[in-house]
Amino acid sequence: MSRNLPVLVAALLFAAGYGLCATQYPAFLTTRVVGNLLTDGAFLGIVAVGTTFVIIAGGIDLSVGSVVGFTTVFLALAIERWGIPPLAAFGIVLAAAGLFGAAMGALIHVFDMPPFIVTLAGMFLARGAGFLLSTESVPINAPLYGAVSDLSLSLPGGGRLTLTAGIMLGVFLVGGVVLRATRFGATVYALGGSRQTTALMGVRVGRNIVAVYALSSLLAALAGIVFSLDTASGTPLSAVGVELDAIAAVVIGGTLLSGGQGGLLGTFLGVMIGGLIQTAITFDGTLSSWWSKIATGLLLFAFIALQQGSVALAGRSGRRARASAGATVVRPAEARA
Amino acid sequence: MSDTPLLSVRGLSKSFAGHQALAGVDFTLRRGEIHALLGENGAGKSTFIKTLTGIVRRDAGAVWLDGVAIAPRSAEESARAGIATVYQEVGLLPNLTVAQNLFLGREPTRFGLVRGRAMRQRTSERLAEFGLAIDVGAPLGSFPVAVQHLVAIARAVDLSARALILDEPTASLDTHEVTVLFGVMRRLAERGIGIVFVTHFLEQVYAITDRITVLRNGRLVTERETAFFPRLDLVRTMLGHDIAEEEARSETAPRAQRIGAGPPVLRAERLGKVGYLRPVDMTVARGEVVGLAGLLGSGRTETARLLFGAERPDQGRILLDGRPTRIANPRDALRHRLGYCPEERKTDGIVADLTVRENIVLALQARKGPFRPLSRAAQDRITRDFIAKLDIRPPDPERPIGLLSGGNQQKALLARWLATEPRLLILDEPTRGIDVGAHAEIIRLIRSLCDAGLALLVISSELEEIVTYSDRVIVMRDRAQVAELADGAIDVTAILRAIAAEAPAPVPEPA
Repeated sequence: MSRNLPVLVAALLFAAGYGLCATQYPAFLTTRVVGNLLTDGAFLGIVAVGTTFVIIAGGIDLSVGSVVGFTTVFLALAIERWGIPPLAAFGIVLAAAGLFGAAMGALIHVFDMPPFIVTLAGMFLARGAGFLLSTESVPINAPLYGAVSDLSLSLPGGGRLTLTAGIMLGVFLVGGVVLRATRFGATVYALGGSRQTTALMGVRVGRNIVAVYALSSLLAALAGIVFSLDTASGTPLSAVGVELDAIAAVVIGGTLLSGGQGGLLGTFLGVMIGGLIQTAITFDGTLSSWWSKIATGLLLFAFIALQQGSVALAGRSGRRARASAGATVVRPAEARA
Repeated sequence: MSDTPLLSVRGLSKSFAGHQALAGVDFTLRRGEIHALLGENGAGKSTFIKTLTGIVRRDAGAVWLDGVAIAPRSAEESARAGIATVYQEVGLLPNLTVAQNLFLGREPTRFGLVRGRAMRQRTSERLAEFGLAIDVGAPLGSFPVAVQHLVAIARAVDLSARALILDEPTASLDTHEVTVLFGVMRRLAERGIGIVFVTHFLEQVYAITDRITVLRNGRLVTERETAFFPRLDLVRTMLGHDIAEEEARSETAPRAQRIGAGPPVLRAERLGKVGYLRPVDMTVARGEVVGLAGLLGSGRTETARLLFGAERPDQGRILLDGRPTRIANPRDALRHRLGYCPEERKTDGIVADLTVRENIVLALQARKGPFRPLSRAAQDRITRDFIAKLDIRPPDPERPIGLLSGGNQQKALLARWLATEPRLLILDEPTRGIDVGAHAEIIRLIRSLCDAGLALLVISSELEEIVTYSDRVIVMRDRAQVAELADGAIDVTAILRAIAAEAPAPVPEPA
């Protein structure tokens, strides 16, 4: 019950926020705003799915923003300068990112290094590699890009569900199934509970840690592809600080930063709440867009306080249960034996 | 079935850094028996378990399970071979559900997806065999420790354990939970599983075990059937007291001359905590040494921790100099001028990298708070004083304390508390792990401190020692106060008898 509380609060907050906006700006009741919200949140959403896995597994991945940046530059150069077909370039960059993440995971597991440091190093590496390829923005003119930007599903009421929004929703759906209904997903939660205990229970911890970081980098590269599709260009400066936005969305969505608890529904709400604030500020037109950062900061504080509160509450009720344990444990037939 | 024992251990040995922790121990576990493994601190119980299950590598010896020689190299390998261990810390994941814990790593799947319903169904069935009807979809952490233990045992048994080692599973359980656990243990034994049961509770040993193996100082002392092993014999065996030896000692043990005890400094009335310590009553007066005797885990350290505020009592009260006083945490205790030298000198006491001086002034500085630093001159004066008074060697205040011998570390720790001018000092095993010469010196010190008007509460497993310096002895057993011996009646035999006395069936604690 209490473990679902943060998600519930996030959902209520989103609904209330949306309702409030709708009373101010009736346009919020159109599918157009809904579609835009999804499209705007697409790229951050995909990154945040990977971040959710990493955080639930008890880790952190600071490199994802840089991986997005590297991906956009790489794609621009590969398609425009080196003449690689876009789809092949996508494949190459996804594979490279997967390997990059796997390498970070291997370092974290084999040398028992703190994920914070390893992925911080990865962040500098990937960002540096992006600048090495090109220091400036490179436009992409490939026909595929033009075609894709037109690709969308019309929603009743004039809104559009773009391809990128669709990809994000797909990633959330598949991610949710993997997390909730596979052995790998169960192991991710187990790792966040305690790596040592998980190992003692006979689970091969190493390969799962490697897989988690590989997945995070892979999704970051996918987000980079989406980003480049949206902007039709590549720049090494893109997506600076996105790793922190992703962490914020994950935490607002109720996932414990210490690992072991949380889920993707919460993360989705976390991304959407961020998008909602941004959209509301755009509609208002007079507020500086930086107010969205301040709002996010305040929300983070509030949610962390909420989590601590509910954790403390759970601890207390657990102890109460202990004190009155006898009654709940067993049927009377056992007591004798 | 065949006559080969389920588990047979011969000549198991292990030494750490030259110290023989386990010396040629033999152990036999039969099918369907519950076998107590007993011993005091340093007897080698945990080394035995760790060596047996491959957590540490054995130096010599052989292990046969069902007649097959095994040499596991990790807890996991050992579990796969058929020997599973459930420790006091449950070793499962509180954030996963009960079902996930039972099936982690071997979940039933179809097309790569976990069959959650089937998994929960099977979990419910397994646990029902243990008489446990709980919501297996709820997180494990939301259940009491007793249930978590049962789930851990269920997992071990489900992983086809034939020998089950339960390492102090009952330490934090209440009376009813223990009954439930015993029911499960008996049922498993009926199924032919052999159970090694490690505990500090003598009542439980006699309530459930078939045989007893006693270790002492890393050696096998004896193996006997529980029914033919009288309590007094068992306690003597565990503590290493031969009867003849003991009588000789009790005649020669010198009893120091006592000056009359002053007014009571500390008085505890019905001080206790549910599931931790049954209510105790005690007083300690100025110029008096009160000894706390009992087996390991009998509640001695627990008493000290309650008095010092390291654990919060939920019943009873403490009076200091006759006034009721609330001691909510160790800082309060310090403020009221209580001192506590804990048992684990290395982990809870000294800060090895700091100098003797820094270690000595630590508690005094802590009491004064960070904004009133002791001047360097004052620190030097205090340190010099105590080095001279307690004869700490080498007499170098700037030497890292980790480089001193155990006895001198202990003296420096004493100095730390004496520097705070306490009215009551609690010493937990003050002579553990220090050589014989230093032993005598510490004992002499305890006496002289007491003669100087300090009130002392001393916990020790060394009964001769307690007898030597105590004015009164409080005897603990199974987390309860069972006797108080006053001046004339204090001798080793009396203490042994009090520890071993057949207890009336323990009164269930008020929840």
